[in-house]
Amino acid sequence: MISHILFLALFAFFVSLVFSVLLRDDPRAQLRTGAMMFGGFLAVAFALGWLMYPLPL
Amino acid sequence: MACAHQAAARRALGSPRLRYDAGDMAMKSTAVEQRARAAEPGMLVLLCLAAWAVPGAGHLWMGRRQKGIIFLLALPAMFLAGLLMHGRVFPFDLSEPLVGLAAIANFGAGAPWILARMVDAGAGTVTAVTYEYGNCFLIVAGLLNFLVVLDAFDIGMGRK
Repeated sequence: MISHILFLALFAFFVSLVFSVLLRDDPRAQLRTGAMMFGGFLAVAFALGWLMYPLPL
Repeated sequence: MACAHQAAARRALGSPRLRYDAGDMAMKSTAVEQRARAAEPGMLVLLCLAAWAVPGAGHLWMGRRQKGIIFLLALPAMFLAGLLMHGRVFPFDLSEPLVGLAAIANFGAGAPWILARMVDAGAGTVTAVTYEYGNCFLIVAGLLNFLVVLDAFDIGMGRK
């Protein structure tokens, strides 16, 4: 079964992982930045999804 | 008076704290030497080539083991996910600018891109539901590796 949310989460995971490791040197800071970025990806995706919901597409 | 100073210095040198610092200094000087070697133009070119060819190799070379291993695992995994989603590894077709740009982005992935071209993977199935997702994964994996190469270059130059 194809889950669009799963693909979105997978993409967000990879991008957050690479950016957090690139931007921070300390493992704790990397974890915090990565978690915030991952959460931000998902939150923005959900928000945009609901904003587009009334559009006749 | 001088004898008292010498005795204090001898006691301090014998202390574990100073011995640790001496070891720390030796490690730092080794890292500095490694960076100085990498800052030579020829070595920098090699470093960037290695970092492009094998994602994370540049960081491993510069002694950033944790970062190198994460890049080594994450970027090829992302590229592979793109292939499994029926994404397309774009050809260098400059008559279509978007295809050409996507090809440059794909090229950034290094060894995974070479392997995919060698085994004719990444033909892309336009009718697959996940086709665009796959393209997105393939393109972003390549672009992220370009950023990783730039980061390795900065480390080699001693900026980080």
